[in-house]
Amino acid sequence: MKELRPASLHSLGRVCRKTASAILLTCAVASPACADPLLDGGKLVLTNGISTIEGASGGGLAAWSTIAGMETDRAIGISGHVTGIELADYGWQSHGVSIGVHDRVELSYARQNFDTRKAGAALGLGEGYRFNQDIFAVKVRLAGDVVYGSALLPQISLGMHHKRSLDGAIVKAVGARSASGTDFTASATKLILSRSLLVNATARLTNANQFGLLGFGSPLNASRSLQFEGSLGWMLSPRVVVGGEYRTRPSNLAFAREDDAHDLFVAWAVSRNATLTAAYADVGSVATFDGQRGALVSLQFAF
Amino acid sequence: MMKVLKHLTPLACAVALTNPGCAGAQDMTGPQEAEVAKADPATDAAGSIDWEKEFGVEKKVPDPVTGELPVAPYETSPANAGAKPFQHSNMAQAFGGQAGIRAIVNRFVELNTTDPRIDAIFRNQDIVRLRRTLFEQFCYLLDAGCAYTGRDMKSAHKDLGVTRADLNALVENLQKAMREAEVPFAAQNRFLAKLAPMDKDVVTR
Ligand code: HEM
Repeated sequence: MKELRPASLHSLGRVCRKTASAILLTCAVASPACADPLLDGGKLVLTNGISTIEGASGGGLAAWSTIAGMETDRAIGISGHVTGIELADYGWQSHGVSIGVHDRVELSYARQNFDTRKAGAALGLGEGYRFNQDIFAVKVRLAGDVVYGSALLPQISLGMHHKRSLDGAIVKAVGARSASGTDFTASATKLILSRSLLVNATARLTNANQFGLLGFGSPLNASRSLQFEGSLGWMLSPRVVVGGEYRTRPSNLAFAREDDAHDLFVAWAVSRNATLTAAYADVGSVATFDGQRGALVSLQFAF
Repeated sequence: MMKVLKHLTPLACAVALTNPGCAGAQDMTGPQEAEVAKADPATDAAGSIDWEKEFGVEKKVPDPVTGELPVAPYETSPANAGAKPFQHSNMAQAFGGQAGIRAIVNRFVELNTTDPRIDAIFRNQDIVRLRRTLFEQFCYLLDAGCAYTGRDMKSAHKDLGVTRADLNALVENLQKAMREAEVPFAAQNRFLAKLAPMDKDVVTR
């Protein structure tokens, strides 16, 4: 009961939050030590998403409306990731970096390396031929918050992914119209706390063939079409989410069918700054080789 | 007043410079708890200046029975709790009834007041009152048989300068307190779902 504190001096305890007098304010403003930290690392764990195979934050396959990095609205955040996927006939490796600004804008870069292994020889490319792609992306949060606010208002973001295949001659030889292209996404993501459920829906305008690794469009199907990405996650603890994703894709190329992709994942925030994701991923038929499914492992560091 | 400024400026700057987070500028808080209850004027570390008198601050006298400091008059209403309570649920049970809720609130307050990220916000606040009103709020929302008699969330937090990062830190502390009390994770989240929409009233910066 003797635990009283004088309410009168309370503002002095937080020089930079509530200034008690003009002189304190002047001093506080003049002192760089009083500025908000550049990297505040204040986001709730996992609400930065993991890194998609295209570099933007989200699930493994689907872009979400999350903003990368552990920053809140008064700081910046950064993250980096590496992802490997072992498919039946191919190997996938991607890595990238992102910057989140004020939990509002996300800039990301990712590099994808797709190893054709033995299939490369069968396709006449040579065994172990690699398709490579650079992806530069930007995402802006328009409204809402993944966790806070009304349960009915999700976090909503718009995104743009500019993709550049580094195999221009080959992707055109297999029938792509262009070696570079741009996807546009609109995403809505919400953690429905009352059910411990994370729900995401994304609409994507794209003409990418196999995410763009086989170029963009074809002479017959040049323009973008509207595709859908959905994710459902169930939170088992503040640090563990299990779930699944589904992503529809166009099938533009004449020589090979392209299927929808899906995955089942478990994401574990090992610490505030590291998230490990393991998934079973299925991307269907790739360049005439059917049944491309296998294990995905992704490691993300975020600050 | 000039005398005050002369004393204060170098001290404030020194503290500001040595506390990169600023929120942790604890040396600025002046007299600590035990001294407050005494009748003699509060004094600074050097023991020579009565800051409250220098700033013309009116001294608040704690209630001899409850130990709480007086607050400006306000209208009590269940709506002040900021959400509708659970009904026909086993939420009260999941939180261990009133005894469980009291233990969780006490631990929650302890975590917040010792968390270097946000402890400065709680310094020199009426922690006795906070424990009571938070207990009432949680107990009321969880349908464990209490009335909420505290202020509404907007007026209770309007002068605190709380940021989103502060709120996240507080949520993590609440999760920790609930986890330690072995509240099932799904029930923790159902409770957080009640609190999550209050962010707009609590976060002011
Ligand atoms: C949704 C989140 C929150 C809820 C439900 C909540 C609830 C409450 C309640 C019930 C009171 C007592 C009101 C009264 O005295 O009549 C209170 C006061 C207070 N809260 Fe919060 N709070 C929240 C967020 C925060 C945050 C993020 C901080 C700072 C990190 C904070 C710091 C305080 C302080 C310092 C007081 C005492 C203010 C005073 O006595 O003048 N609260 N809060």
